[in-house]
Amino acid sequence: MTSHRTSRVALIDRLQPLRFSFDGKEYQGYKGDTLASALLANGVRVMGRSFKYHRPRGPWGAWVDDPNAIMTVTLNGRTFPNCPATTTPLVEGMQARAVNAWPSAAFDIKSGLDVFHRWLSAGFYYKTFMWPNWHLFEPMIRKMAGLGDISRDVLKGYSADQVFDHCQVLVIGGGAAGLAAARAAAEAGKGVVLVDDHPVLGGGLHQMPEIEGIAPADWIAEQASAITSAGGRILTATTAFGVYDHGLVGLAENGPFGTAPRLHRMRAERIVLATGALDRPITFTGNDRPGVMSVDGACEYLARYGVLVGRRIALVSNNSLADAAEVMLKEAGAQLIRLNPHDGPLQALGGKQTKGISQGSQHHAVDTILASGGMTPLVHLWRHAGGKLDWCEIRQALLPGTAPDGMVAVGAVNGAFDLDVSLSEARTAGAGKTPGVSPTSYGLAALWPDPGSKGRQWIDFQHDVTLKDVELAARENYVSVEHLKRYTTLGMASDQGKTSNMAGLAAMAAVQGRPLPEVGTTTFRPPFVPVPLEMYHGHHGKQLWHPLKRLALEPQHRAAEAALGEYGGWLRPGWYGRGKAKNLIHQEVLTARTSAGIFDASPLGKIEVLGPDAEAFVNFIYYNTISTLKPGHIRYGFMLTEGGSVMDDGVIARLDQNRFVISCSSSHVDSVRTHLEAWRQDGNDPDRIFIHDLTQHWATITVAGPKARDILAALALDVDLPAQEFPHMTLRETRFDDTPLRIARVSFTGDLSYELSIRRTKAPALWDAVVKAGVALEAAPIGIEALSILRAEKGYIMVGKDTDGETMPHDLGFGIPRLKKPVAFIGDRSLHSDKANASNRKALVGLAVPTGDTLLPTGAHLVEDTPPRSLGYVTSSYDSPTLGHPIALGLVENGAARIGETVSVWHLGDIRKATICAPCAFDPEGERLNA
Amino acid sequence: MQIFPCPFCGPRNETEFHFAGELGKVRPATAEKIAAPDWATYLYAQRNEKGLVHEVWMHLTCSELFVMERDSVTMQVLDTRSLREDAQ
Ligand SMILES: [Zn+2]
Repeated sequence: MTSHRTSRVALIDRLQPLRFSFDGKEYQGYKGDTLASALLANGVRVMGRSFKYHRPRGPWGAWVDDPNAIMTVTLNGRTFPNCPATTTPLVEGMQARAVNAWPSAAFDIKSGLDVFHRWLSAGFYYKTFMWPNWHLFEPMIRKMAGLGDISRDVLKGYSADQVFDHCQVLVIGGGAAGLAAARAAAEAGKGVVLVDDHPVLGGGLHQMPEIEGIAPADWIAEQASAITSAGGRILTATTAFGVYDHGLVGLAENGPFGTAPRLHRMRAERIVLATGALDRPITFTGNDRPGVMSVDGACEYLARYGVLVGRRIALVSNNSLADAAEVMLKEAGAQLIRLNPHDGPLQALGGKQTKGISQGSQHHAVDTILASGGMTPLVHLWRHAGGKLDWCEIRQALLPGTAPDGMVAVGAVNGAFDLDVSLSEARTAGAGKTPGVSPTSYGLAALWPDPGSKGRQWIDFQHDVTLKDVELAARENYVSVEHLKRYTTLGMASDQGKTSNMAGLAAMAAVQGRPLPEVGTTTFRPPFVPVPLEMYHGHHGKQLWHPLKRLALEPQHRAAEAALGEYGGWLRPGWYGRGKAKNLIHQEVLTARTSAGIFDASPLGKIEVLGPDAEAFVNFIYYNTISTLKPGHIRYGFMLTEGGSVMDDGVIARLDQNRFVISCSSSHVDSVRTHLEAWRQDGNDPDRIFIHDLTQHWATITVAGPKARDILAALALDVDLPAQEFPHMTLRETRFDDTPLRIARVSFTGDLSYELSIRRTKAPALWDAVVKAGVALEAAPIGIEALSILRAEKGYIMVGKDTDGETMPHDLGFGIPRLKKPVAFIGDRSLHSDKANASNRKALVGLAVPTGDTLLPTGAHLVEDTPPRSLGYVTSSYDSPTLGHPIALGLVENGAARIGETVSVWHLGDIRKATICAPCAFDPEGERLNA
Repeated sequence: MQIFPCPFCGPRNETEFHFAGELGKVRPATAEKIAAPDWATYLYAQRNEKGLVHEVWMHLTCSELFVMERDSVTMQVLDTRSLREDAQ
C-alpha cells in the first residue's frame, strides 16, 4: 500500500517520524499526527469493529465526531482502553489494537455475528430480559457487551490536577469565530480565557487558502498574539465538556498521552460559544463501509495532516459547502466525481474496502465516498446550560434559540457558515453585544432517511442501529425519542449521538409523518466527550478527601504501641501492644474487669448548651425528661428524629441552672451539633440559647474497673471519692495541675467508672499520671475494641450498630417517657403512630448459643421456619473473655415476648440455633457499679 | 455546582450547604392531640413548587440558618436573608 501523504503544507512535523504499531503491524507517522491520520496515511482503512454485529469500520470523521475507530493503546508498558484514534495524538512506540475485534480489526472472528443480524434487532436486549429467561443469555451477552478491556492494574501516578478558576469571558472554540470573539473581548478590557480541544488553534481555517487577505496560519498567530498581549489566556488541547449551574464550565486539559487530564472548574461571567458544526452522514445502503467518510473529515485530514484519504473519490453532498471541498481535494491530486443524493437511491459497493458506489443503474468505481447530508451545529453546551433550540428551515438544522443566562453563540454553531458573517457575529459578541440574525449564502436540499427504502442503512455506526431498527421501534410504539434511544441504543455509543442523533430523529419523524422539530431531541448531558473518572476526584482520596481527626494523646498511644485505626472519623487505638490482636483485646477486657482499663474517650461529644432557655430547649430535644435534672447530676437519654427513631444516645450533665453538657456518641458529634443549631434557630429565641461544641478542645480519659477509685485516689485530687459522697451519675468539678478538671461518674462497662475531662493541652500530663497510678494496681490502657466487648457484655447499645432507622426508644426498653413525659419533645407524636404501636416491632435482645458453639456472625438473620422469613438480625457479636463464651445482641420482632425461645439463625446458607435472652449478659443486678 | 450567597459569609459552593426545609412549615403543638394525617403532612409533605420557591438552608461552615428565594427551574438565586431577619 503506497502512502496517502501529500506534500501539502500541514500541521505535522515531517522532520520527526514516529514508529508505532496497529494490530501487531509496524507503521510510521509524524509528530502532529493522530493515530487515525497516521493509519490513513499508510492506507489502513479498517480500524475497528462495530459493537453488535462486528462489522468492519473505518473512521467517519477526523475528530470528536468519529464513532468507529476506537483502540486500546499500550505505551511504555501501560495500557489505556477506549482511545478514539481520531483524537489520540501519535507518540513514538505506541502499540494500538482495535477494540471489539480479535485477532485484528481486519480479521475479526465474531464478524459471523453479522449473519445473525435478524435476531439482534432493536429491543433485542429488552426482549431477551423478558423471554424465556434472561439468565440463559446473560453469560453470552456479558461476554459480548462493552468496548475495550480494563487493565486490572492500578495505574500509578494517574491522578488529575484540579484547578479552580474564574474569568469574565470564556470563549469555547478556537476557530475563526472563537479567535475573533476572544480578541474583541480581550481588547475591550475583559479577562478572557479561550479554550480549544485541538492541540493547534484554528478550527476549520487550515482548510482555507486565505483569511482576510493573509495565510490562515499567519492570521491565527496574529489573533492569538493579540489575545495574550491584551492579557487573555489560551488553553489548547482543552475540552469544555460540560456547562453546569451558575456559569460553571468543566474543562479537561489534556497533557501528554497516558497522563490524566487536568480538570479546570471554570466560573465564567459570560460564555461565548464558538463550537462549530459537523457534517452529518447520509443514510444509504452500506453507508457504514470503511471508506465512507464525512466531507469535512476528509478536508481536515488533508489540511491538518497532509493526508489525502482517497485517490478516486465520489463526493455526495446536498449542500453548498461541498464546492470548496471539491477544489481542495482536486488540488491535492484526487480524481473526484460529484453525485447528487436526490438523483436516486445510493449504495456503497465493496466489503472491507470501498470498491464503488451505485445510484440507480449508474455504477462508479471509486475507493472513497465522501458524504455530507448538511451541517449539524454543536449545540451540546448550549443545551447543558438550558438554552433553547429553534428549527431552521433554511439550514435544516436545530440552531441556538432563546439564550441561557450569560451565553451567546457565534459562528457555525449559530448557523453562520460564511466566514465574513461568522467573524462579524464573533466581534459583536466579543464586544459584549448580542449579534442579530445573520444572512447566509449556505443552501441545501433537505435530505433525510427514507423509511421503507431497501438495504441496510446505518444510523448509529458504533451500536449498529439501522433505519429498519427505527422503523421496528416505531411499529412497537417506541415513538418518543427518549424511548427510541433506549430501545434501539441509538445515540448511546461513545460519541453520544454526534453522528447519529439527527438521522435518528429524522427517521422517526418520517416514519410517523410528523415534522422533525415536533419529534424533539433527546437530552444533551455532560460530558461532551468521554473523560476519565479519575479526573473528577483528582487527588481527593483518603486523607485529602476525609482528613482524620487526631487525638491529643496520639504520641502517648504510639509510645504504648497502640494499633491505630479509623473509628468514626478519628484515628484511635484499637488495642495496644504487638501480637495476636484477639489475645491482646481479650487481655484488655480482663484487665478492665479485674483491675481497671484506662481509655482515651476524647472523641466523645462535649457540646455545651447555655442560656436562660437552655433547660426548656434540652427538655424539648431529648426524649427523656431533662428539666428535673439537678446541677451536678447526669442522665442517660436519647435524641430522636421527628420520625421518632433513635438518632443518638448518651449522657447529659447539668453544670448549673443554665448550663448543660451533651455527651453524644463520638461519631455523631457533627450531626448532633447541626441538629441542635437547626432547632435553636428555628422555633426558639436564639438570643436565649447558645450552643458551643468543645469536643475537639477537651480530652476525656476514662478509668473503668473495680480499682478505678484507687487510681483516682492516687492522683490526690481535691474531691471526695467514696460512693456515698460521689454517687453514680453525678459530676464533680475540681483541678488537676492547676487546670479545671471535670469528673463524671458514668459507666459504659458496667463497672465503677470515672470520666476525667480536661483542656486538650493538659491531656498528656493527666494521662501519664493516671497510667502511672494504674501500674501498681495492674491497670492498663485499653483500646476501643475491648470497650466494644465490655459494653456488649452489659447489653449497652451503640446507636447505628444495634439500632436501625426504625428503632424507637421503647424497642430498647426505654418506654416510660413515651407514655409519661408531659411536654412536647422531638419525635413525640411519631411514637404513637400505628407503626410505633405495632406488636411486631423489632426489639433489642440478647442471643445465647448452645454450649461449645462459636460466635454468631454479625448480620446473620433470625428466621422463622414456616413460612420462611426473617424475624430480625444479629447486630453485635463477640467472644466474651469475661464470661468465657460467645455473646450477641440483635433486633428481633416482638423480642421481649420471645425471651427463652430458641430460634434458627441463617447465614449464607448455614442454619444454627440460638436462644433469645435479655441483652445484659453480665452482672444483671448492677452490683459492680460501685465496686 | 451552584453558588449560594450565605448572608453571613458571602458566596460559597453549594457543597457547603444543607437543605433544612421549605419556609413556613410550622411544627404542630404536640402537647395537644394531633390527627395522624396532619402529623404525616408535617413530616413528609413538600410543596415542591416549580418556579419561585422559599426555602430554609443551613450554611454548614457557620451553622447559620437562612432563607433563600430561588427559582427551581432556572436555578437562579433571587435573595438570601437570615432566618431571624425574615421573622421580623
Ligand atoms: Zn455562612
